[in-house]
Amino acid sequence: MITFIPRDKISENWTIIGPILSIFLTVFFGLLIFTFLGYNPLETLYQIFLSPFSRIDRISDIFVKACPLIIVGIGLMLCFRANVWNIGAEGQFIMGTLLAGSFALLFPSVETKFFIFIMIVIGFIGGALWAFIPAILKTKLNVNEILVSLMLVYVAMLFIDFIVRGPLRDPMSFGFPLSKPYPEGAIINKIPFPSIGYLGQLHYGVLFIILLIPISWLFVNKTLSGFKINVLGAAPKAAKFAGFKQNTITITVLLISGGLAGVAGVIEVSANIGQLQPEVSFGYGFTAIIVAFLGRLNPVGILFAGIIIATVKLGADNAQMSMGIPKVVTGLFEGILLFFLLTGETLQKYKIKWSKVT
Amino acid sequence: MAIKKEPKILLKASKINKSFGNFVANKDIDISIAKGEIHALLGENGAGKSTLVKIFYGVLKPDKGTIAINDNEVSIPSPNSARKNGIGMVFQHFSLFPALTVAENILIALDKKIKFKDLISEISKLSKEWELFVDPLKRVSELSVGEQQRVEIIRCLMQNPKLLIMDEPTSVLTPQEIANLFKVLKRLASSGCSILYISHKLEEIIELADQVTILKSGKSIATIDAKKTNTKFLAETMVGKEITDLKKTKSMNVTKDIALELKGLNKAKETDFGISLKNVNLKVNYGEILGVAGIAGNGQVELMEILSGETQCEKENHILLETQPIGFKNITERRLLGIETIPEERTLHATVPNFTIAENTFLTYFFKYPKANNIISNLLNNPQNSKIESENIIKDNDVRCPEANPLANQLSGGNLQKFILGRSLANNPKVAIFSQPTWGVDIGAATSIRQKLLNLSNSGKAVILISQDLEEIFELSDKICVINDGALSKILPVAQITAEDVGLLMGGKLETSNEMETT
Repeated sequence: MITFIPRDKISENWTIIGPILSIFLTVFFGLLIFTFLGYNPLETLYQIFLSPFSRIDRISDIFVKACPLIIVGIGLMLCFRANVWNIGAEGQFIMGTLLAGSFALLFPSVETKFFIFIMIVIGFIGGALWAFIPAILKTKLNVNEILVSLMLVYVAMLFIDFIVRGPLRDPMSFGFPLSKPYPEGAIINKIPFPSIGYLGQLHYGVLFIILLIPISWLFVNKTLSGFKINVLGAAPKAAKFAGFKQNTITITVLLISGGLAGVAGVIEVSANIGQLQPEVSFGYGFTAIIVAFLGRLNPVGILFAGIIIATVKLGADNAQMSMGIPKVVTGLFEGILLFFLLTGETLQKYKIKWSKVT
Repeated sequence: MAIKKEPKILLKASKINKSFGNFVANKDIDISIAKGEIHALLGENGAGKSTLVKIFYGVLKPDKGTIAINDNEVSIPSPNSARKNGIGMVFQHFSLFPALTVAENILIALDKKIKFKDLISEISKLSKEWELFVDPLKRVSELSVGEQQRVEIIRCLMQNPKLLIMDEPTSVLTPQEIANLFKVLKRLASSGCSILYISHKLEEIIELADQVTILKSGKSIATIDAKKTNTKFLAETMVGKEITDLKKTKSMNVTKDIALELKGLNKAKETDFGISLKNVNLKVNYGEILGVAGIAGNGQVELMEILSGETQCEKENHILLETQPIGFKNITERRLLGIETIPEERTLHATVPNFTIAENTFLTYFFKYPKANNIISNLLNNPQNSKIESENIIKDNDVRCPEANPLANQLSGGNLQKFILGRSLANNPKVAIFSQPTWGVDIGAATSIRQKLLNLSNSGKAVILISQDLEEIFELSDKICVINDGALSKILPVAQITAEDVGLLMGGKLETSNEMETT
């Protein structure tokens, strides 16, 4: 039987060995799998890890890809710090996008870019409302938020599917489940650089991260509300002793994280898609859970974790496109990477003891 | 009786060493336990008693040192192998599942396979033989603490132990239950089973033990014949200095002014394993200490939470501060009104273990900092604001810290308690309510905490002391009442009640408060 014994303090050796060993094992198993499946293993690894850094526009795209992951991850950080397990950011992402998108489609001729700020606010409200359901069920009826938030993801997926096939379908879309294109005011533009032009898909929405990271850092470390969240997660009874209201905190973190997921959706769709379609998220809400934990529930950590995950996702896309490796294979590789990264993380805090079952 | 020459010594440990990081918990400890001997292990908190017995029970591995059982050197890598070597242990905090029956709980811990029916008959046999009466088919959640302890002991006896380790077994028992336990332990010893008995209660050790080994800062400093010593000598050897007696200035300043009053307070339990408070009436005057005795789990936690404001009262006038109804006031509002509570659990309730002392000060001080006209500093109201206060608390209360602004879990139990008390008392409360203030702290710290309580009442404050330690209750209180199953007995002056009465009340034997009045 394997037992995990908490270390007295975080092992310094493992903070160095851990990540190196994780990468080594990932590469090793990657080589094994790719060779076995008949792909050039070294080239595949190059595509996944290094090709995203090979050109400046590709580097820009890393940030584009990381943008929604980081925004959702920051919201989830608040929940997880308070021991509130919001697993449904994917659904909140979709509902925020849907509400803001539907609103935008009401004004087909709006041109002012100020409109995008209204959309962000509405997206926040949409995501927050969707998170309000698990929040109210948890605080009033003590219903487990993991189940409710997760199941609402599938409700949201089917709901947006219904909307774009039905009420909001563009009559000119030749039967495709697509809404009309967003008005000009609802589109987030790419950032033009003098004498270079555009850098990949780099758009103004990415600037939101630059705002979000320091604000969220201040919030969790330097405000009373942030302190309350930390106390609730670390010792619920101590929170009660301090007079912090557990239910208020629970509802607040769920609303903020749902709201941020909605904002991430608005930015993602307004910048990269420009209309509503059945699939708007591609799993950002779920991947952000990993980003939040890989970033150790810390805003700066989440920034880096988002970039790492985005790199591998883009690298996997490159491998699919240039080498024809199926998505399931690159997905498998991503899984191996996360598995070993989290194992390394665990070994910093725990040691493993093997013992015979008696 | 034995034909072969059997060794007299059952367990002999030599040069046991164990460190946690830089902290040396056990240093070169030698101890030998004879067969059929009751061997007491005495020491202040943090002296290394628990570490040592955990090594014997296979929970911890020693860094150095050897353990021999019957002259054969053994290694004990796990509790399983400890049990195979004939070592059983009853922990201070019981490890029973409340939702399961007695028999099921025993079955879980059993290494051998046995039919359920045989198990029940075996339990009944053992419980009759040793007068450890429990119903094997009863659920543990329905048992009293004393009965739960019997289950733990039976569980050990099922394994035919040669050595039974008992970690502070009496801290949760009534005087009558303690007497019963001692009878059982003495019978066990005379039947040949050795007992390693951990305690910090000196009278008990004198009464029960044959030998006492005293630990101090991880070293074994003496092994004494318990029959030839006295409590004062034991205490001074344990602490390493002369013990200053409490300056008893009890009842100096008791007034007739009611400080806090509970009137017919009812509160239904919030969980299945909670206790409902039933028609609780209580009065405490300025300048007096009211002691609330009782066995753990009889509603002390619920009473504490309703006094502190952590749980909601059903009616506003259930609680009166002087004449002001405060039943609906929350804990922060009550702090502002001058009511401070010091809960039983020092970590995870009164403090957050992995937060710094400044952060833990901020925990109950945060509402003091906002200023009316500075939006930015109000927005950034954070633990940094508590820095000076936390440093003052540490200085004024002699809290010994390993570094400036340490994490709460870096402090020893006694020092953490000094911090918690200091944090509350720095607010200069009118009413201070303590739950188990000296639970698990060393004698030196306990004496200083008790002195603080006396000083508080002498300076005209009202003090409520909820404690399981009867000695402490009698030593400090001006008036005493007993909580049993969520109901409070009549409050009587300390001169009018004996320890026996309190013991009976604790066990729920004296039903109504009217009976008390006639005695």
